[in-house]
Amino acid sequence: MLTKRQAKTFFIGGTVLFAAIFLGLTIDTLSNGLPRNTHPEKMDDQVKLGRYLWDKNNCMGCHTIMGEGAYYAPELTRVYSRKGPAYIRTVLTAPEGWQPRGRNMVKYDFTDEEVEALIAFFKWMDEAYLNGFPPKPWLQPSE
Amino acid sequence: MKYKSQKVAYYFFAFSMILLLLQVTYGFIMAFAHMGYDGLHEWIPFNAATATHKNLLVVWIISGFMGAAYFIIPDEAETELWSEALAKLQFWSWAIVGVIAVAGFHFGWFEGRKFLEIPRPLDYLVALNVVLFLVIILMTLLKGKRQTTTAWVLTMGLVFAALLYLPGMVYFENLAVDSFFRWWVVHLWVEGVWELIMGGILAYLLIRLTGVDREVIEKWLYVIVGLTFLSGILGTGHHYYYTGGPKYWLLIGGIFSAMEPLAFLGMTAFAVQMYRKGNKRHPNKLALYWTLNTAILSFLGAGLLGLAHTLPQVNLYTHGTLVTAMHGHLAFWGAYGSLVFAVIAYAMPLMTGRKIYDNFIGNLAFWTANIGMLGMTAAFAAAGVAQVSLERLAGYEFMEVAKVIEPHFFVLIIAATVFTTGILLFMWNFLLYGAPSDEAIQPEGEPVFQVTT
Ligand code: HEM
Ligand code: HEM
Ligand SMILES: [Fe+2]
Repeated sequence: MLTKRQAKTFFIGGTVLFAAIFLGLTIDTLSNGLPRNTHPEKMDDQVKLGRYLWDKNNCMGCHTIMGEGAYYAPELTRVYSRKGPAYIRTVLTAPEGWQPRGRNMVKYDFTDEEVEALIAFFKWMDEAYLNGFPPKPWLQPSE
Repeated sequence: MKYKSQKVAYYFFAFSMILLLLQVTYGFIMAFAHMGYDGLHEWIPFNAATATHKNLLVVWIISGFMGAAYFIIPDEAETELWSEALAKLQFWSWAIVGVIAVAGFHFGWFEGRKFLEIPRPLDYLVALNVVLFLVIILMTLLKGKRQTTTAWVLTMGLVFAALLYLPGMVYFENLAVDSFFRWWVVHLWVEGVWELIMGGILAYLLIRLTGVDREVIEKWLYVIVGLTFLSGILGTGHHYYYTGGPKYWLLIGGIFSAMEPLAFLGMTAFAVQMYRKGNKRHPNKLALYWTLNTAILSFLGAGLLGLAHTLPQVNLYTHGTLVTAMHGHLAFWGAYGSLVFAVIAYAMPLMTGRKIYDNFIGNLAFWTANIGMLGMTAAFAAAGVAQVSLERLAGYEFMEVAKVIEPHFFVLIIAATVFTTGILLFMWNFLLYGAPSDEAIQPEGEPVFQVTT
């Protein structure tokens, strides 16, 4: 029968071992995988400003990006290629706030520079490779 | 209650209840917005409501943990708290920072990082406060007459929870790196160190409520928290599938996160077994119900509903949809909400001397809250599955789908009303217990209903 001491060894041993593996993989992810997929070298000042505005205004409080956030408004990882920069500009500068189908987006007073920065940020996001996310819809109505 | 200073727990429990009530209010605001009624948009836009809902959740749960620690640690260590005055100071500073943070969300003072929306300047105050809390707990434990496994597991859970908050305070320019470390907080909390806290509290409650021998309970406690870290640490990988990480996380995250339910199943088996082995003599039935409820619902909400979308093939389609919200609600409620309720139901009669053990209101609260939450889970599930099918599989636009799934939010609101009724009844009982009193002190401690084997 398992003793308390053996149980304790299992707990401490397992934790140390798996924490060590996790730290190793973290280092690899941060130095290889993430940079390869997300192109930090393309993050110029404009992208960085956009990224900052995304955070500061809690856009994630309604939208998801990379599938993370809230579920009140559309996924934006690929919004740049899906809708294009002109459409995004219209959304961000709507004088009364954007109102898609009766739902309200917050009305923002972004400067032109800030609007362009957000668009640059979305372009950067659009170019990131996310292991196939968002998936391509494949279900078609049969004729 | 054996020690006078254990009464500090009452402040935390009361604060926790108030925040829960507020959290639920913001839940309704969001549910109505999803149904198309966002009349409050001018004053409380959806992103302020979500930030408030999620942070109130985290703060009421942690307040419950802190109250639990202030109640349990003196009892386990057989000594008064190291400093009751500092504990009160810690409470008031905690409450003030919490209120400022939540008020700030309504003026757009937040960061867009789900669950970690509290702005960084306040983060430092939170960190300072938590250090004070940990010093009080550790000093109490160290000066105590005995140091039990239960007390150490609980304390280490609290210490690691504090340490893991730190990576969430750094600003990373690359959004993907930011997200990577956000999971160190969110995932390694709920699927890691918070399970230590949960295991410690459950062990304490089971020792008291069932009378089973401490050595037996603590042995299984080690096994369960062992399983937690064995699966949960590398299980973090289930958040790295589609957020910029390399491909190997699909394999590692998939395998290890699929093992996480074992730890929760362990909790269920642990509690149910101890209940069956134990004598059924402890009079506090409500505390026992909530304890068993935690052990069972956590497996359903975290274990089974987590497993439902944790494999990368499934998660590719469900990632970031209302399916996640379905799991989030039952997991948080079943594992941590219910746990806080169990501690309150156990501690309040001891602190106040009012023997509310098995009354009608308490029983009704138990059933309505849980049935309501199961209903909410079902409503989110229906909405989530419809969203995944229409948006992710068939390719309809987000807003087209949002219109189609509006009726599910009507169901959500009905179930949430049942849930809220349960919460209100529980709070009614909370008021019935009255305030803690020195007259409730039992110098010999609570009579032990030891099982004779
Ligand atoms: C009256 C009760 C409640 C209602 C109506 C409600 C409703 C909601 C809604 C509409 C969302 C937002 C989903 C979105 O992003 O669009 C949400 C998020 C959330 N709520 Fe609640 N909620 C309630 C109570 C609770 C309780 C008691 C808990 C925890 C114990 C909880 C935990 C959460 C969590 C963790 C999220 C984030 C989920 C995610 O983004 O995956 N809620 N809630
Ligand atoms: C008590 C324990 C747990 C709690 C409180 C919990 C809560 C949550 C919450 C709130 C989220 C949304 C997080 C966000 O988007 O920021 C989430 C996501 C997730 N959880 Fe859990 N969880 C628990 C345990 C588990 C377990 C054991 C599993 C796996 C078996 C699991 C699998 C997942 C997955 C795969 C996601 C990502 C969903 C997505 O891609 O959108 N969870 N969980
Ligand atoms: Fe997770």
